[in-house]
Amino acid sequence: MQSSRPGPVLLIIATAVALFLLMPLLAVVPVSFTPQRFLSMPTGTLSLRHYQALIDNPAWGQSVLLSLRIGILSSAIATVLATLFGLGIWMFQPRFSALLIGFVLLPLIVPPVVSAMTLYFLMTTLSAFNSFIGYDTWIGVALAHAVMITPFAVVLILVALFQVDRRIDLAARGLGADLTTRAFRIIIPNIKFGIATAALLSFVLSWEEIGVTLFITSVNAITLPRLMWMGLRDNIDPAIAAISVLLIIVTAVILALRIFIERRGTSETK
Amino acid sequence: MGKSATSRTILLLAPLLLFLGLAYVVPFLGVVRWSVTLPEPGLGQYRAVLTDPLVQSVFIRTLRICLIVTAAVLAMAYAIAYVWVRGTPTQRMLAEFCILVPFWISVLTRAFGWLALLSNRGLINTWLQAAGIISEPLALARNEFGVIVGMTHFLIPFAVFPIASAMRAIDERVLLAARGMGASRSRIFWSVFVPLTYGGLIGAALIVFVFALGFFVTPAILGGGRSVMVAELVYLRIFQSPDWGLGAAISVVLVLFIGILLALMRRFIKPAHLVG
Repeated sequence: MQSSRPGPVLLIIATAVALFLLMPLLAVVPVSFTPQRFLSMPTGTLSLRHYQALIDNPAWGQSVLLSLRIGILSSAIATVLATLFGLGIWMFQPRFSALLIGFVLLPLIVPPVVSAMTLYFLMTTLSAFNSFIGYDTWIGVALAHAVMITPFAVVLILVALFQVDRRIDLAARGLGADLTTRAFRIIIPNIKFGIATAALLSFVLSWEEIGVTLFITSVNAITLPRLMWMGLRDNIDPAIAAISVLLIIVTAVILALRIFIERRGTSETK
Repeated sequence: MGKSATSRTILLLAPLLLFLGLAYVVPFLGVVRWSVTLPEPGLGQYRAVLTDPLVQSVFIRTLRICLIVTAAVLAMAYAIAYVWVRGTPTQRMLAEFCILVPFWISVLTRAFGWLALLSNRGLINTWLQAAGIISEPLALARNEFGVIVGMTHFLIPFAVFPIASAMRAIDERVLLAARGMGASRSRIFWSVFVPLTYGGLIGAALIVFVFALGFFVTPAILGGGRSVMVAELVYLRIFQSPDWGLGAAISVVLVLFIGILLALMRRFIKPAHLVG
């Protein structure tokens, strides 16, 4: 085992890659403290004006709330649909499983811009019939996000299901459990971490979705990424740096905790 | 399978299949219809895709960028995946952190981070000018170089997952056998270890290439309109110079191209690799 540890050359390359991965995330920190109105490095004085701007401009708070609402609804839709689908595949192993799974992964494989156009077509069509679900509405955005994130939820739930020991389900069936009992009291409790991970990843993916959102919103449904996009195109607004720093800190802390807990968990069981 | 089992299977599978059928497949047919009816019925837009010099140049640029990005991503992902799989516990933890943090952070934040580094008043140019190494800022962003850097950064985690999974699957005894027969460390690495990960590498290359092909947020921000890729061209055709028919026709061509590519390579694709 010792001989296959990474050697010095590989470690140097890997360190360079690690720096490359973290560099852009670190670079937004100094920019967020610039006293200028444009993207620049602070020289001399630091300023919190761009953080203040996040509070003063109500658009930021509104977009955060809207993104939360859309994220929760779309994650709920995706998780429920993916769980049902996963159960169907796992419990009954239908004849065309691979084909069916391939089909539900389509929104992941098809280029985002094509999905965006497809959903743009859907939303403008829906708008012709009602004003609640359709182009530039929050429910419309949540539905479109659900289409895009369901494949990820399906993958995570299938991965969790394939780690379940089939014999426990057979035992339950042998003891006379019906379908609902098997699903809710045997299988779902065994994949609850998979379901939770799927819900979390779905939420995060909706929270940061921009490709499709750009196509299907204009002035009403301004999600947080949509607002950031508007500040990124022409004159770059350093408030983007401030909001980026906050988002990076939250993500890094959650992930560091998760990795730390996982490592402790595995070292204790070894 | 009994009749009731069939109906229960359908009951469980139907909601998602119906949802995607109605919200994704049917509207896609609408896009296909746009491609043959706008602005006039016929295959004129497809002829334009094949012959228009602007569209051609965008396709060639897209292929070039995708190939460069795929090669860069594979090399970088391989190095960090190796440390993640075979490093000491601390090295593994650090590698995992460096892979997952960017993966979970939004594409906009990451593209903005590269602007903060590469733009004219960004970190690199400010430092180089302060150090007196250059007098005029280097053009690092708002061009093809910036697009390649930003896309490489975005796609590395997607390549790490399949490569790391191939590395984990290697039987330790094969490496020990090679060592027992007197192979040097570098010989073991290049002649035994790397060939055993070819499956993961091909899977990673496919994922990266397909994702790179359809990408438009990073190119739109870091290319600054000067290095338009095919996906951004679709966006521009819909929202700036409305030519929905051409945008739709390019979309259909893209889907066909990727469909053929994946059908040819489907044995290298494992869905579980997409989420790490």
